[in-house]
Amino acid sequence: MSAAKFPPHGSAPGVEHEAQARAEACRNLEALAGAFLTPGRAAARLAMLGAAVVAAGAVGCVFGGVHISLLRALTDPAGTDHAILFDARLPRVLMAMAVGAILASVGAALQALVRNPLAEGGILGISGGGALGAIVAMIGLSQTRFADEAVPLVAFAMALGSTLAVYRLALVEGQLEPFTLLLVGVIFNAFWGAAIMIVNSVVNFYYAHSILFWLMGSLEAPGYREVATVSALGLAGFAVLMTRARDMNLLSLGDESAAELGVEVHAARRTIFLATSVMIGAAVSVSGIISFVGLIVPHVLRLAFGADHRLLLPASLLGGASFMVIADLVARAAIAPAELPVGAITALCGGPFFIYMLRREGQRRLV
Amino acid sequence: MGDTATHDIRPALEGRDITAGYGACDALRGVSIEVAPGELVAIVGPNGAGKSTLLRVLGGTLKARRGEVRLFGRALECYERRALARLVAVIAQESTVAFPFTVMEVVLMGRAPHLAPFRFESRRDLEIAHEALKYFDLLELAGRRLHELSGGERKRVFLARALAQEPKVLLLDEPTAFLDMKHVAEVFVRFRELCAERAVAAIATLHDLNAAAVYADRVLLMKDGQTVAYGSAESVLSEGNLSRVYETQVCVGRNPATGKIAIFPGRAS
Repeated sequence: MSAAKFPPHGSAPGVEHEAQARAEACRNLEALAGAFLTPGRAAARLAMLGAAVVAAGAVGCVFGGVHISLLRALTDPAGTDHAILFDARLPRVLMAMAVGAILASVGAALQALVRNPLAEGGILGISGGGALGAIVAMIGLSQTRFADEAVPLVAFAMALGSTLAVYRLALVEGQLEPFTLLLVGVIFNAFWGAAIMIVNSVVNFYYAHSILFWLMGSLEAPGYREVATVSALGLAGFAVLMTRARDMNLLSLGDESAAELGVEVHAARRTIFLATSVMIGAAVSVSGIISFVGLIVPHVLRLAFGADHRLLLPASLLGGASFMVIADLVARAAIAPAELPVGAITALCGGPFFIYMLRREGQRRLV
Repeated sequence: MGDTATHDIRPALEGRDITAGYGACDALRGVSIEVAPGELVAIVGPNGAGKSTLLRVLGGTLKARRGEVRLFGRALECYERRALARLVAVIAQESTVAFPFTVMEVVLMGRAPHLAPFRFESRRDLEIAHEALKYFDLLELAGRRLHELSGGERKRVFLARALAQEPKVLLLDEPTAFLDMKHVAEVFVRFRELCAERAVAAIATLHDLNAAAVYADRVLLMKDGQTVAYGSAESVLSEGNLSRVYETQVCVGRNPATGKIAIFPGRAS
């Protein structure tokens, strides 16, 4: 800096001086390496997580009620391994990836939005609203021919509706109060749960069984078409979230500071909410409520890779995909041939984890 | 309204006859202030006088109900958010960061209004951040997570972030709260340097009347949302004004070393 302010006379020493200053600047920045995110580091970490997704996918395809050989499945199109892989395992693994990726990246985005690492689609009541919508649509429209198309749409509409309601109710004088939002979300979650229970108690046994499926979360028997729809909606929503990744970093400073750094706070909020509602609606419409994935995955990745959302969002996408494939593998292999609901597996991991985080948060605030 | 200082330079930021508030009541009634490039203006007054409210109106986060704010001659509303952020940096009284960002990352956030969408920080951005860290004695802490730092260290991080923003106007809400004596003096000396070197205009709310007396070009004394006096520190920070505004006895003397006025609590005997 001093070199720039007081340029020395004469060209030869000036050049030397400049070179020296440049070398010094290099050393300065090297000393800071590791203190912030660089594109190279982000790419390396995402490549690692991408490899983990492929590995988890392979494991998920091979293991289960019966173990198959990938080699035999791919080389012998008439064999049973081939049939198991392409008719059952692969669509299920792909669906687990899509749903896990959605839930985890939405978790990361919602946490940025409310400035609270405890936020998640399930806890904020968004998934519950989506599930109720899906259930009501499923029962109400079961006799019509739009049932298949309508269920995801209604799930999405209800997810969006709950998001908006929770958001509006948590505004205090135009400012979003993170703790109020969390409380309102918890109440909504309980409310939707109660509404689903009431529906459950007035319908017949057949419907009651499917309602249980929505409540516990499951990835049973999806088709490729559903996988494609959910992936497309998930990726579209994710692309929108990525356009706001830097805004999410700034929102961590609070609404006013973010605005003072050039963020159109309300527009950013609206965009993030809309995108997350689409994504959660899509996930819920095929898998029901799978809780805690959106909590655990971003939290662990934030500890490992730092808080910058330009890395955290895509990392959560990939991390969520691997996590869900493994959780689903446990769900279908643990007591094979019977199956556990995958939502129960994630909640069993997630419950204690949530308590642990609450305790940690509390202690930090006391310091 | 006190003696309004005359300037030959046109003000960088001026608020004229501002009335603003929250809900039904006006926290601010008919206050005017202006600051020229290179100047530091202090806003002082008791708790609840409307100092922070005035700062929020000047920064554009709170809309004035009456009166107007002009930045380099243009109404504040004419500026797009990012354009405004390239010109005005605000340091809030209290800042918390929700996630474990590092010191360097928070300082780099100051570059956000200058970055093109979807771009990572360039080498130049990194150098500016490095310089800001150095300026506030933070190089050692660059890789630490913000929530591990003490209140004073955190405050300096936000000062460095504002510096990295390369603003033309700085709005500081209690910039030296939580700082120890050494850093208070340093921060002010550095802000004065900054104002002079880069022609930055600064407005700071201050509880510390002595700091206002020493470092400010002009002082705005407020009470109950209104201007009590506005002008040079010597004229505004008088025993009469201060006793009336703070409702306690004060004595104004001089620092024998600097010759500047100094404010002491208690009555002169």
